[in-house]
Amino acid sequence: MVDLLYAVAVAPFKDMAGAPAFLIEVLIGGVFAGLMYSLVALGFVLIFKASGVFNFAQGVMVLFAALTLVGLLERGAPVVVALALTTVVMVALAFAIERLVLRPLVNQAHIILFMATIGLNFFLEGFGEMVWGANVKKLDIGIPDRSFIVRGVQINQLELTAALTAAVLVTVLAVFFQRTRIGRALRAVADDHEAALSIGIPLKTIWIVVWSVAGVVAIVAGLMWGAKSGVQFSLSLIALKALPVLILGGFESVPGAIVGGLIIGVGEKLGEVYWGPLVGGAIENWFAYALALAFLLARPQGLFGEKIIERV
Amino acid sequence: MSESAGPLLVVDGVSVRFGALIAVNRVSLSVGRREIVAIIGPNGAGKTTLLNAVSGFYQPYEGTIAFEGRDRTRLSPPDVAALGIARTFQNVALFKGMSVLDNIMTGRLLKMSGSFLLEALYWGPARRQELEHRAFVERIIDFLEIQAIRKTPAGRLPYGLQKRVELARALAAEPKLLLLDEPMAGMNVEEKEDMCRFILDVNQEFGTTIALIEHDMGVVMDISDRVVVLDYGRKIADGVPAEVRRDQAVLDAYLGVAHA
Repeated sequence: MVDLLYAVAVAPFKDMAGAPAFLIEVLIGGVFAGLMYSLVALGFVLIFKASGVFNFAQGVMVLFAALTLVGLLERGAPVVVALALTTVVMVALAFAIERLVLRPLVNQAHIILFMATIGLNFFLEGFGEMVWGANVKKLDIGIPDRSFIVRGVQINQLELTAALTAAVLVTVLAVFFQRTRIGRALRAVADDHEAALSIGIPLKTIWIVVWSVAGVVAIVAGLMWGAKSGVQFSLSLIALKALPVLILGGFESVPGAIVGGLIIGVGEKLGEVYWGPLVGGAIENWFAYALALAFLLARPQGLFGEKIIERV
Repeated sequence: MSESAGPLLVVDGVSVRFGALIAVNRVSLSVGRREIVAIIGPNGAGKTTLLNAVSGFYQPYEGTIAFEGRDRTRLSPPDVAALGIARTFQNVALFKGMSVLDNIMTGRLLKMSGSFLLEALYWGPARRQELEHRAFVERIIDFLEIQAIRKTPAGRLPYGLQKRVELARALAAEPKLLLLDEPMAGMNVEEKEDMCRFILDVNQEFGTTIALIEHDMGVVMDISDRVVVLDYGRKIADGVPAEVRRDQAVLDAYLGVAHA
């Protein structure tokens, strides 16, 4: 009993203190992964805030963006051109979704819109594979998957680039939506559609903007994850990792998505490395969900979510 | 001067149908500049439906609506708002998660110029613009005496104050026409008196034309220049309060029972 307690509560921390450079490597790995989760979660948050829709298709949008990008690169387009064209495709997708899915379903219950995004999910998956093929593809954007060493800490160049890009994008979006007029309009739409309409906010524009932004976020996520582990169907499953992030951070909070992603990224890496051996590994696979479950029990609105108080 | 002579709002033979139900049946009315017009009638008379048609939430089945002499029958709510028509809702529609100040600032969105997307880039001018709008909003806050609650999330306020904040948000757009859907419903006597005073002040100081729906007959008779009475979707009377009060059709439909 004492041995077990020692192994769980003392030994891992001794290990951490014993090899600080390695601890820092693990932490950095966690922050990298966390930022990528944040990025995917952000796509969800934006759409949820603006339209109250949980966009089941966000993960497939990541896959679709990555497939489009790889497809264009394979056909010989330079990286910059391919990125620009992919952006155009994702914005066009936002227009199409607004026109063909959201507008006909305006004023429908949230569950109906949720079902529509499930349909969108299957459509995009099939459409992407039809156009670009279903093989696993390698995405090479010219950043070498090499590591360099700073003061005894090994840093992967690709991961660093990915993390920095994600950090910049997340910051820009956070500022854009918290501080600008469109951010205020977005929050207004999220709170009350009718009132937003009556003060002159066109829902159409807001929807196109948030779906476009979610598309761009999907490109960056697809680019980074794809460069690391190849572009394949499993890319769409990173959306599943974004779910616990949302539960932690709160569905309506941009800062929540960022902090939630970091907590989960760092938590699962630490758990895997220091506690993993105790249970034979694989903590990384379930840590996020266990944490999310604990949050659902203790603080269902998340870290930053708005506590819902109904007047009766 | 662009201030033309005709009435600000002209509703001509407007009907609104929901399937077989005719909620508003060939109603015509006009609202002159700087007037306060009350629309009254028993429950289900079609008052709110008419208001929704004017503000673009419902499309009329027949008839026309003209604002400042131009036809605007089939416009969407944001387009109507852009013309200078602001409204409040029967069951307060505030942005509950936002502070009172943010709610009112949101009402000024239409007054803010420039492209939605460029604004994020032009930090300097955007900031100056924000401050100018902020100053205007502060004037409205002073005017409606809600300084004490400016940082409070709107959802936490008592009902009477929520109604006042909603009025403030509508005023922030500097509307030419203000549509108020039961601005005093659910208020106590003191709150009602405050609201009456605000409506009269808005009309006098800003020169805003006001059309309002109200149930409290005392209020209606006190503050309106003119009263329009609806019953079962039809207009049954239209005139100054003293006239309408004596109108037999109105007494039968609406006041008759209460005064029996």
